[in-house]
Parts: sequence; C-alpha cells; structure tokens
Amino acid sequence: MKQITAVVRPSKVDAIKDALVAIDVVGMTINDVRGFGRQKGQVERYRGNEFTVEFIPKIRITTIVSDDKVEAAIEAISHAARTGDIGDGKIFITPVDEAIRIRTGERGSTAL
Amino acid sequence: MAQVPMAGGGPTPLAVFDRFRTRVLAKVQEPELRRYAVMMLAFGAGLLPLMAGSAKAALQKVPTDGADTLLMLMGSALVLLMTPGLAFFYGGFTRAKNVLNTMMMSFFLMGLIGVVWVVIGYSLSFDTGFKSPFIGGLGQMWLNGVGGELGDAPLADGFAISASSFALFQGMFAIITPALISGALVERINFKAWFWFSLLWSLFIYCPMAKMVWGGGYLGPFGEIGAIDFAGGTVVHIAAGVGALVSTAIVGPRTGFPGSKRPPHNVPFILLGAGLLWFGWFGFNGASYFAAKGAGFSFQTTTLSASAALLTWCLIEWFRDGKPTAVGAATGAVAGLVGITPAAGFVYMPQAFIIGVATATACYIAVQVKAAIQFDDSLDAYAVHGVGGTVGALLTGLLAAPALVPADYFPKSAEILANGGNGALFVAHVKAVLISYGFVGLGTAIILWIVGAVVGLRVTPEQEERGLDFVAHGEEAYDPMTY
Repeated sequence: MKQITAVVRPSKVDAIKDALVAIDVVGMTINDVRGFGRQKGQVERYRGNEFTVEFIPKIRITTIVSDDKVEAAIEAISHAARTGDIGDGKIFITPVDEAIRIRTGERGSTAL
Repeated sequence: MAQVPMAGGGPTPLAVFDRFRTRVLAKVQEPELRRYAVMMLAFGAGLLPLMAGSAKAALQKVPTDGADTLLMLMGSALVLLMTPGLAFFYGGFTRAKNVLNTMMMSFFLMGLIGVVWVVIGYSLSFDTGFKSPFIGGLGQMWLNGVGGELGDAPLADGFAISASSFALFQGMFAIITPALISGALVERINFKAWFWFSLLWSLFIYCPMAKMVWGGGYLGPFGEIGAIDFAGGTVVHIAAGVGALVSTAIVGPRTGFPGSKRPPHNVPFILLGAGLLWFGWFGFNGASYFAAKGAGFSFQTTTLSASAALLTWCLIEWFRDGKPTAVGAATGAVAGLVGITPAAGFVYMPQAFIIGVATATACYIAVQVKAAIQFDDSLDAYAVHGVGGTVGALLTGLLAAPALVPADYFPKSAEILANGGNGALFVAHVKAVLISYGFVGLGTAIILWIVGAVVGLRVTPEQEERGLDFVAHGEEAYDPMTY
C-alpha cells in the first residue's frame, strides 16, 4: 500500500475526485492548507499597499491505494490537476505499513 | 438645510431696507427715479457696516409639516445605520483576531454617545444659554423643552421640521463622528482609553464644532466667518479626519509596523459596509435639506458624487495597476460621499460630479502617500475623511451656486457671495478649515494626553499579538472549535 499526498489548486478538487473515483479509488481525505513553492507566493494590492501573500490556499488530498493502482492514480491526479501554469501543485508517494478497518478489524488492502 | 438661525423674530431693519431697495431698483430704469435710487444706495451702503453686527434672518414662522418631519425621522434611521455600516467597513480591513474590537469601537458609541447626546450633547451644541459663538448651553439638557410639550413644535422660524426630530437627527451625526476616528487607532488602542477618549472628544470637540458651524456660531452662516457646511464636511469629516491624524501621531503605529501589516481579512465586509454607508448617506446629506419637497436635489447630488468617485478610483487603478479593485470601489464611493457632504444642497449636478472626481483623486493620492511614508493611519481615516472633507469644504466655497445659498437662511454666506463671489467664499472656507484643523488638532492632543495619563492609551505588545477581540472582550469572531 502507498499513501498518495497531493497538494493542488482548490478549484481542481472536484475534477481530481472524479478522476480517482473513475479508477476505483474508494476513499480520500482532504484538508484546507496554505503554502508556497518556488514562486514564493503572490502579490496582492489593497489601497496602494502591496502585500506578498506567501501562504496561498491549497487543498491537500490524502488517499491510500494498493501498490498496483499507484501509477494510475498519479496519472489521474496529474491529468485532472494540470493547468500548465505555476502553482499546479505536487504529488508525494509514501509507503504505508498497515491499514485497519475499525468496524470489522480487517487489515491490509481489504481494509481500504 | 443644516443651519439653524437661533434668534428669529419679525422683520429686522436690514430686511425691511432690503425689500424697499429691491422695489426701488425695479423702477430704476425710469430716469426721474435714477437720482433718487443712487441716493438710496449710497445711504444703504453707509448703513451696512453698522448693521452687519445685528444682521438676523427675516424668516417667517411656519407650522410643523408632517412630510418634512418624516424626512428627518427617516433620515435619522438612515444615519443610525451608517454606524454599524462603518463597523463592517472598518472590520473588514483588520486582522481576523481584531475584527470584533474594531467593530465595537463604532458599535459601542451607539450606546455611549446615544446617551451623552440626549443628556448634554445636544444642549452644548444647539442651546444658546452661554451666549457664546463657540459653545451652546445647559438649558436643553435631557432635551428639556425641545419641541415644546409634545415635541412637535417647529425647530425655528423658517423651518417646518419638528425640533424633536432635529435633535434626534443630529444625535446620529454625533454618534458616527468619533466612530470615524477609530479607523486610525484600531488593533492597538486600549478599549478603556477609547471609552474615555470618545466621551471627552464628543463633549469638547464635536459639540463646539457643531455649535460653531450649525448652531449659529462663529464659523457658520450666522457667524463671523460665514462658511457653509451642508451636512458635515467640516463638523464631521474634517473633525474626525484631523482627530484621526493627531491620534495616529500620538498613539503611534501598531507594533512591528510596517512589517506586521496584513491584507484585509474580509473584503466582502468592506463592500457591505460601504453599501450601508452609501444607503445611510441619503439620510446624512439628503435629509439635511430639512424639507421633503426639495430633498430630491440633495439626494441626487449625494449619489452622483459617490458614483463619480467610485468610477474615478477604479479607473485610476485600472490604468495604473491593470485591475480595478473591490476595496478601491468601496473606498472611492466613500470618498465621493465625504466630498459632497458640505456641498450637497449648494451645488448643481455638474459641480457634484466634479466634486466626486476631485475628491476621489485627492484621496487616492493621499492613500498612496500615506502608504509610501509608512504612516500608520491604519484604515485611512485621515486620508479619506480628512482629505475628502477638506477638498469638499474648499470646493464648496468655489462651486456653491448663489441661488442655492438664500440670504434668509445663510445671511453671512450670501453676503460674502454677493460681494466677493465664489472667490471670497473660498477664502472664508479656507479660514474655516484652518480654524477647524487648529481647534480639533490641539483639542484632540490635549484629550489624548489626559486619557493617556489616567488610563494609558495602548494595550501591551503581547496583547496586540494575542488579538484584541479576546483581550478586550473575551470573544473571538471566528472560533475553529464552533464549526
């Protein structure tokens, strides 16, 4: 099992969810997050005061998939999240030791 | 019109003479009367200086009119709504941890000044007990005797509005004026200091200003200077703006300024507040006409100036920065409303448009300069209200139409216009503006010094960091645990 963590544009979340559901990813968790990458935020202007907003709102999607679905999930997320402009986000893959469904006690991929 | 002749009475010698002279001048084309007319004029000119001191309006006693009084009651409700509107306008600009404190600095004054005005503020502003051109008296405390037994007696000769509706209306102005100053002090002032400051400022700055301009006092159309201020360009906006300027200088910037500056936490609040202010300004300026029949005029100049100013501000941004902003639209509209305030009943539509464009431009420049010199007038209370009020007051002198400044209601101002034209009225307005700056600036400094010495002006840097909503009120506007 792998954990897929994708930090994406808030406006792309629905498209990413649909793309993942289409390849039978059965669940996911999202958080509102803020952050910056290489572009170091964006400049906003209010009454002539310029503010560099370093921490831009993003959505972090977390989902756990079985090893055989990792590449398909990466492809689905990348395709749905891409605009081609700076700020499309990033995807991180990390190993997951175990998964347990609390209701039944099932373990491993069947618990996803 | 927002000027009250305090002593009425029958036709005065000057008025009788004026009527006689007019009749004679009508026949002056007849050669045999010409010599007689010249003699009369010379005689009149000789008498004028003698009479100037005792010039009084020749206004007729009129019964209270229901429609006119209703305009005042509606106007009072509209102006009251401006204070919560201002709370939203200012609240949107601050950080999320200070929004309740910022809004309370305005909202709370609906309590404090609402009481103070009835108890003594009105009397200090509009009573004549002290026989002073600078301060009223104590005879109308608790609105004693205002409007007679039933409150329905007319305000004064020549006015068909009830005196009680006038007192109510004026109270709403007294509430919002100190609230405007809060924009300069947010996110750092101690709420106890704000309580005492706004109380003292209202009594010792606002009431004398209202007396001097509207209560038949020194600066106004019955006084020495003869400036006209339709709805509070001087009394409200210059006073609040200068109060804000001096307060910022004395209280100092927010801790960590300018590095600690943050963008507005809620721009929709700013638009909501600006919308409520614009709506309420129909009462503020519109109802200051004091007569329902003609008030469409002051309603129209008011909204036209706001429209022109909104447009101007956005177009400037569009050309300079490539994008018109929501905050700019809100700020421009408020600037235009401030600018037209002293002029709303004294100018025609083209002049109202010019005032809107000029005020927005001046305030835009002021806001940029303020940002460039890193002066922490946090929410631009001076840059918008002070600068807008000043530009509006000066342009009122330049652009006021003599036909809209009738001598019955504005004797000194009409005389200035008749003798020296708009140039002379402009000079009178420059004097009134300078005197107001001096009086309000000095008075505000003294009050802040006293309040600072007794209760302290600022919260501690640690409290500033924690956020004033919790520190001053024990509340949070947006508590994540209440989702």
